[in-house]
Amino acid sequence: MDLTWSPEDEAFRAEARAWLEANVPRRPLPSGDTREGFAAHLEWERTLFDARWAVVSWPEEYGGRDASIWQWLIFEEEYYRAGAPQRVTQNGIFLLAPTVFEFGTPEQQRRILPRMAAARDLWAQGWSEPGAGSDLAGIRSRAVRDEAAGGWRLTGQKTWTTRGAFCTHLFGLFRTDPEAQRHRGLTYFLVPLDAPGVTVRGFERLDGDEGFAEVFLDDVFVPDTDVLGGVDRGWSVAMATTGSERGLTLRSPGRFLTAAERLLDLARSLPDGPGAHRDRVVQSWIDAQAYQLFTLEQVTALAEGRPAGAESSLNKLFWSELDIRLHETALDLLGPAAETDGPWSKGFLFSLAGPIYAGTNEIQRNIVAERLLGLPRR
Amino acid sequence: MRFSTAENDAALAGAVADLLAKEAGPEEIRAGWPGGRSERVDAVWRKLAGVGVAGTLVPEADDGLGLDENALPPLLTELGRSGLPVPAAETVAVGAPLLAAAGAPQLAGVLAGDLLLTASADPGAPVPFGTRADLFVLRTGEQLRLYGRDEVDAEPVGSADGSRALARVTAPPGGGLLLAEGPDAVAAAWRHGVLGTAALLVGLGERMVELTVAYVAERHQFGVPVGSFQAVKHALADAELAVRFARPAVMAAGWAQAAGDPGAAVRTSMAKVLASDAARLAARTAIQCHGAIGYTTEYDLHLYAKRAWALAAAWGGPSDHRELIARELDLTRVGRA
Repeated sequence: MDLTWSPEDEAFRAEARAWLEANVPRRPLPSGDTREGFAAHLEWERTLFDARWAVVSWPEEYGGRDASIWQWLIFEEEYYRAGAPQRVTQNGIFLLAPTVFEFGTPEQQRRILPRMAAARDLWAQGWSEPGAGSDLAGIRSRAVRDEAAGGWRLTGQKTWTTRGAFCTHLFGLFRTDPEAQRHRGLTYFLVPLDAPGVTVRGFERLDGDEGFAEVFLDDVFVPDTDVLGGVDRGWSVAMATTGSERGLTLRSPGRFLTAAERLLDLARSLPDGPGAHRDRVVQSWIDAQAYQLFTLEQVTALAEGRPAGAESSLNKLFWSELDIRLHETALDLLGPAAETDGPWSKGFLFSLAGPIYAGTNEIQRNIVAERLLGLPRR
Repeated sequence: MRFSTAENDAALAGAVADLLAKEAGPEEIRAGWPGGRSERVDAVWRKLAGVGVAGTLVPEADDGLGLDENALPPLLTELGRSGLPVPAAETVAVGAPLLAAAGAPQLAGVLAGDLLLTASADPGAPVPFGTRADLFVLRTGEQLRLYGRDEVDAEPVGSADGSRALARVTAPPGGGLLLAEGPDAVAAAWRHGVLGTAALLVGLGERMVELTVAYVAERHQFGVPVGSFQAVKHALADAELAVRFARPAVMAAGWAQAAGDPGAAVRTSMAKVLASDAARLAARTAIQCHGAIGYTTEYDLHLYAKRAWALAAAWGGPSDHRELIARELDLTRVGRA
C-alpha cells in the first residue's frame, strides 16, 4: 500500500492544474447538449487538443501524451476541480476509441483517432433502438451485403443517441446475419451521418436540452473499411466498450470528489449550517471518497495486468446512485430554492439518467449477481 | 501509488485464513456462547498465536511480527469472516502493542495465547470478553491502564451475540499498570480499535453474502432455485456492493495510520461507517433471502449476523463516526453569517 503520488505524477498534476487555471473559461459555457452550447464546447475541445490535453492517455502520434492510467486519473481530478466544461467528445474518446485501439486496423486507427482527438469528427453512439434497450441483442437494424460496391447497405432506426443531432459520425451495431442467434450475426459499423439515406432528428431530454436524437437509416452504403472488428463479431467488439462506459472511463472519481466538495461548500454557506441534513451531507462525502478508493484499487489491478471485467458493474451502480443521493441532499439543503434553475437542479435532472444509460442498474444488478456472485441465470 | 496489500501482510492473512478454515467452524463459535466449551475457542486462539497473530503490531525485538497497520485489514477481515469469538481487535490492534510499548511483563503470555487480553476505550460501556479475559486494558480519563482479572470487578451483561461474553467492568482508578497517557496516545489506541473492528465487519459481511449465495442456489421454490429470481439477485447485489466498497476504505484507513497521514482519523471513521453499514445490510439481506431458516438459532447464519450487529455498534457506531467526520469537515458550527 502506498497512497502517495510519485514526484513525476505530482509534476504532471501541477502542469495540468496550471494550464487549466489559465485556460478554463471563466464563465460556464451554455449546455453542450444544445445547439449553441455544442458549438462553444467544440471551441473548448480544440483548445484542449492544441495544448495536448484532449486525450492525455493516448500515444503522442494521435495527439496524446502517453500518460499512464494514474496520470489520466490525476488529469480527471484536476479537470473537474477546475470546473472545466463537459466533454462533448466523450462518446468518441471514451467509448469508441478503446474499441478502435483494440480491434481497429492500423489504417482505421490512423484515419479515425487523430480526427476524433482534434474534435473534427464527432462520434455518437448508435446502439439502442425503439425495440432494443436493455435487451441490446434484440436490435433489428440490418446490413445487407453489396458485393459489387464492396460494402454494406444499412437500414433501420437508432434512438436515444446522445448529441446525435450535432455529431458527424455514428458507431453502432447492425444485424448482418438474420439467420444467426441473437448475439451472433451482429457487426460493428462506422457511419458518417452525412451519408445519403441518413436522417437525424433531435429531441428533448427530460432536462429540456436537445440532447437526444433518433437516427433513421434508409439503404445507407458503408464500405468494408468501415467495419470495426470483423463481420458478425459485433457483439464481442461492442462488449469491449460497455466495460469502459460503466466503469472508470466515463465516470472518474474526480467528478464525484468535486461534487462532494461543492456540497460541503453549500452546507457551510447556509446561515444555520446543514442542520437536519448533516448526516446525509457527510455520507455523500464519504461515498465519494469510497468511490475514489475503490477505483484506486481497481486501477492498481489494471496497471498490474488484471483488468476489471464484470466489476465495472459495481462502479456503475455505485457512482450513479451516489450521484442522485448527492444531488437530492443538495436540493434539500436549498429548501424552497431547490426548484429554481441552477447547477444543482440541472445536475439533479442529469443524475436521474445515470441509472438508465450505459446499461440500466437492473441489468447491472443481474450482472453482479450472476457473474460476480455466481447465482443461477434462470 | 499502489493500492494493494503488500506480500508480507497478504502472507499472514493467507496463513490465518487456512488455519481458520480448518480449525474454526460454527462449532467453535457456538463453543464461545454461555454454557459452551470455551476451551475449544482458546485452543484455536493459541494456534493463531502460534503464527504470530497476537503480536502482529508488536516489534520483532519484543517477539512480535513487527508489521504495521497495513497488516490489520487483511488479517482481521479473515478473523471476522471466521466468526471465531475472540477479542481480535482488542488484542491484536489495541492491547498487545500497548503492552509492548510499556514493557509490560504479561506480553509474553498474550503473544503465546495463554492470557486472554481485552480492551475498552469507552468508559462505562460493557467490555467485550469481560467475563473471560485474564487481562484488561481500560481507559480512565486520558490514561490507558492494564489490570489483571483479580483487580477488577466484572459483572456479566447479556448480549445479542452470546459469544461476546460482555461484562460491566469496574477497576480501581489508580490501580493496575499505566500503559500510556495523553490525548494522542488515547486517540491512537482508539483508531486501532476502530480500524480492527471495521475489518472484522468486512469479513462478516463477506461471509454472510457467501452463505446466502450458496443457500439460494440450492433452495428451490416454484421448481427453480430461489437465487434465480431477480428480487433475490438484486438484494444480494446490493449487499455485495456495500461490502465491496467498504473493503478498500478499510485498507486505506490502515495505510493512513501506518503512514501517519494527517487524514488518518477521518479515514478511520469513514471505514467504520462503511463497514458497519455494509455488514448490517448483509445481515438483514442474508436473513431475508434465507427465509424462515434464517430466523432460527439452529442454522448458523445468526452467529455471524449477531456479531455484525454487536461490532457495528462497538468502537463508535456509524452515526458517532459520521458526527466525528462532520466535525473534521467543519459542518458542526451553526449560526454563521
